[in-house]
Amino acid sequence: MAEVFDRVKKIIVEQLDVEEEKVTMEASFKDDLEADSLDVVELVMELEDEFDMEIADEEAEKINTVGDAVNYIDSTQS
Amino acid sequence: MLKGKNALVTGSSRGIGRAIALELAKQGANVAVNYAGSEDKAQAVVEEIENMGVKSFKVKANVADESDVKKMVKEVIGQFGTMDILVNNAGVTKDNLLMRMKPEEFDQVININLKGVFLCTKAVTRQMMKQKAGKIINVSSIVGVSGNPGQANYVAAKAGVIGLTKSTAKELASRNIHVNAVAPGFISTDMTDELTKEQKESMLSMIPLAKLGSAEDVAKTVRFLASDDANYITGQTIHIDGGMVM
Repeated sequence: MAEVFDRVKKIIVEQLDVEEEKVTMEASFKDDLEADSLDVVELVMELEDEFDMEIADEEAEKINTVGDAVNYIDSTQS
Repeated sequence: MLKGKNALVTGSSRGIGRAIALELAKQGANVAVNYAGSEDKAQAVVEEIENMGVKSFKVKANVADESDVKKMVKEVIGQFGTMDILVNNAGVTKDNLLMRMKPEEFDQVININLKGVFLCTKAVTRQMMKQKAGKIINVSSIVGVSGNPGQANYVAAKAGVIGLTKSTAKELASRNIHVNAVAPGFISTDMTDELTKEQKESMLSMIPLAKLGSAEDVAKTVRFLASDDANYITGQTIHIDGGMVM
């Protein structure tokens, strides 16, 4: 989990151009990290590439916080 | 003008799509030729393009089928490396008076002419967002603006394409993806050859420039919209109709 979080955090920092401290498990992409809907779509694309996986639209729509993304990815990694 | 750019033109084995594919190639773009049924004609277009010294290949796909479309886009990106220009041209007609039009005829035309544009656009967007650049040109029709008796399904689809163009343009503008439409009027092609003499005469009488357009007239406008010369244009529908609808 911690390893997934670090990789996700790195991508978020790059993609959304935010400070590392702001990227916590609880942080909401839209409310706390100032991402718009398209930013989140783009971020999900980057995460798919990073973790070599496909995140279905239905799953992607449920990703609102950093924790949502980390937990979803963690649940799929064996 | 388009040297080094990679393009996909749907429905480009004949008619306006073929002219667009050839024009983009003439300007230096590599062009993937999509077709649904006319394999021989698609192959002929590919050979014509290759003779211009750029890359080309044909790719079969029904644009109304999501998995077909995904495979097609994957293949184009696999072969060319990038996806710079998408021209959504594939279209069919199933003309009939509204009172006689079967729901299946309505669905079929909407699926290919409108949903096909949605599916292809969605499929290329990922790549274009990554590139932070892209040109999408949708081939609508002037009847999508003006209406036309006997074509309720076609007109609904083509009007839908204009709305889709505007929404997509607004959604993707921040990623430097330009989305525009062209609305050809009375263009001489296989499709217009099927119109009745009455339909043709009544249309000609409404064209200020008093002549039919050619597929090349449309292709040249598409080439402009696909080029960097059109970098400050998005969400627009350009009428190529001899002044028929202003």
